Amino acid sequence: MEKVVEMRGITKVFPGVRANDDVNFELAKGEIHVLLGENGAGKTTLMNILYGLYQPDSGEIYVNGKKVDIKTPGDAIKLGIGMVHQHFMLVHNFTVAENIILGKEPKKGITVNMKQAIQDVKKLADLYGFKIDPEAIIEDITVGQQQKVEILKALYRGADILILDEPTAVLTPQEIEELGVILKNLVKEGKSIILITHKLKEVMSMSDRVTIVRRGKVIDTVRTSETSIDRLAEMMVGRKVSLKIDKAPAKPGKVVLEIKDLRAQDHRGLPVLKGVNLEVRSGEILGIAGVDGNGQSELIEVITGLRKSTGGKFILNGKDLTGKSPREIIEAGIAHIPEDRHKRGLVLKYSLAENAVLGKHYAAPFAKGIMMNYARIKEYARTLIRDFDVRTPNEEVMASALSGGNQQKMVAAREINKDPELLIAAQPTRGLDVGAIEYIHKRLVMERDRGRAVLLVSLELDEILNLSDRIAVIYDGEIVGILDAKNATENELGILMAGGSLKNKKEGGIV
Amino acid sequence: MDNASLPVVVALMAATLRQATPLILASLGGVFSERSGVVNIGLDGIMTCGAFFGVYGSYKTGSPAMGILFAIIAGMIVSSIHAFLSIHLKADQVVSGVAINLFSGALTSYLLLVLFNRQGQTDGVNALTYPKAFMRGIPVIGGFLSELNWYVFMAIILVFVTYFILYKTSLGLRIRAVGEHPKAADTLGVNVYAIRYLCVILSGALGGLAGASLSLGTTNLFREGMVSGRGFIALAAMIFGGWRPFGAMWASILFAFADAFQIVAQGFGWAIPYQFYSALPYILTMIALAGFVGKTTAPAADGVPYTKGER
Repeated sequence: MEKVVEMRGITKVFPGVRANDDVNFELAKGEIHVLLGENGAGKTTLMNILYGLYQPDSGEIYVNGKKVDIKTPGDAIKLGIGMVHQHFMLVHNFTVAENIILGKEPKKGITVNMKQAIQDVKKLADLYGFKIDPEAIIEDITVGQQQKVEILKALYRGADILILDEPTAVLTPQEIEELGVILKNLVKEGKSIILITHKLKEVMSMSDRVTIVRRGKVIDTVRTSETSIDRLAEMMVGRKVSLKIDKAPAKPGKVVLEIKDLRAQDHRGLPVLKGVNLEVRSGEILGIAGVDGNGQSELIEVITGLRKSTGGKFILNGKDLTGKSPREIIEAGIAHIPEDRHKRGLVLKYSLAENAVLGKHYAAPFAKGIMMNYARIKEYARTLIRDFDVRTPNEEVMASALSGGNQQKMVAAREINKDPELLIAAQPTRGLDVGAIEYIHKRLVMERDRGRAVLLVSLELDEILNLSDRIAVIYDGEIVGILDAKNATENELGILMAGGSLKNKKEGGIV
Repeated sequence: MDNASLPVVVALMAATLRQATPLILASLGGVFSERSGVVNIGLDGIMTCGAFFGVYGSYKTGSPAMGILFAIIAGMIVSSIHAFLSIHLKADQVVSGVAINLFSGALTSYLLLVLFNRQGQTDGVNALTYPKAFMRGIPVIGGFLSELNWYVFMAIILVFVTYFILYKTSLGLRIRAVGEHPKAADTLGVNVYAIRYLCVILSGALGGLAGASLSLGTTNLFREGMVSGRGFIALAAMIFGGWRPFGAMWASILFAFADAFQIVAQGFGWAIPYQFYSALPYILTMIALAGFVGKTTAPAADGVPYTKGER
């Protein structure tokens, strides 16, 4: 077995975290090797070191048997290493070709030879079977295509070793399958691939070997064919985990939220919601599935009063809330766990106690006139911290000091404790580790069982499938199908999410 | 100037271009700096330094060409302070820019005393000679050309040069990438810091030249406060022009037109208070910015310091 990359004894310390602790990792020629671990386990840090974005505090790197010193991405590129980052590194208002040639431009005299660039990109795309228009602007193409641009960027620079960081996070199931084929083709062409992921299913279907990382340390490297999902999950988390959520069948009651032909525009004034119709009942979790950017964020913003609608209406328990202010909406009984806890869930530079009462800070018992009652606020925060198992020294630390999982628990605690008629949970487990995910899921199911209506929006299909009672698929600003979660399959959802139709497939799935 | 022999419209057009020249040059400086992601609010101060050192260079060497060189170098030195503060030390770019504006005003009045032993303004120095009579001899547009100066031509040529660099060369592609998404550029081996240094120092060179065009180009002397906010108007022109060289040029010309018009219009003898004419350039600037700025978008990473290896 020929080793193309070998990393020995890599240690990297960030303020307060040992991101990599004496890590050994090797990549064989022509294999797909998965780096598996939870968020924050140190997978990306390790690969950023290999790509020259970080410098290790100690350890050695060998590429093709030679000891190397990778100081910048430029060095890595020269060694034939290419990286596709989780958050795409694309200039959004450049064309596909411009993004690919950036830093290695074909020249004609002192100018960039754009014609040559477009030709080169086309040739490269054809070679690997990518369908892509070199002259398209990045912001106009789909996320799946953007990812292909990223891969082409690496190949254009002659990469033989490809690192892909969480490549499937933003793709539909069909696009994931397509990616699998692309990767197999690349391996056939003699490339070696490192795949960073925390999704176990993809590990099993895509990889040859797996290296499991936990809290900065390598736990083991195993052959995929000799392991199982449960075994991998246990190594990743460090204990036995249940990947299935236990929940009783839903007992849906009356309609709590009714959305009728709701329309809205995005920040550029283009329509993003094109007549959404939806009902959410008490005692059920309605999941909205869809590829990012199809209107789910805007839908939530409209229902929570953060965005103006341009048509239609939404009704909570018979009361029309269209166009009402966020405060009126909160008081009417809608609580909201926002998709971005840093931007909208918390004021990071406020204490936990202050964060705990946001949204009801203005009313008794937390305020009297213009005075805040800090004794009551702190007492209340302590209750939330205890009830939701938020790991923090006390209620006076700033929200920014907590880990992502504990921050999210704090947001969930505050919103659930508002005792709402409708609880909106937008990507409630984004970036959380398995333990915290389990906990948040349990609380959402508890709320359902208490007879609340829960509207769940998630980009993680597994989360939607596991948690929801009914699943609505949003595509291009419309609800294109509503499925019963018991009968829905990933494949059906994938077709709907990509704008396809189930009509000629079978009739049974649609409720 | 014997305006009397020229139709008012021609005089107005020529005056517009003369007034626009410092604005165009400085706004091109702004385009370079901000396209690479560094807000350069210090352009006003850089112009002040350019205006002073342009005069000083000509005074010292007797050659206005050397004066221009002095102005450019002074602009580059002052802007490299801004570059160091905002790129290397990641200081707040607006604060750094304001500091440069304050510093430049103080420095030039101090040097005025030390180098010229004068207060308020310098003596007149040699300026670039412009072949007025020859220009007037050119048929049809001769009258118009004779009212210009060399700086007008420099400014317009530099608009083309800036456009060429930004949109046709690999350097330009890299500059724009660094201003939009520095991390993307970094991961492709583009040196973000080097590009930003280059652009800020280039903006200093252009700002210095803009200052020289003001002092050497119009009055042959340096007077305290002669820049009088033109650096800021140039920034407004850059924004109004959508961070594009030609856009910035047209916006500069528009603002300069209002300025030139107020002078000409005061001679019309209309029954309007002259204060209205004086306010016209500012009113126009406000209308333009309020009405159109919403539709242009700044480079995404404009004003955001780049930190390598940030989590």
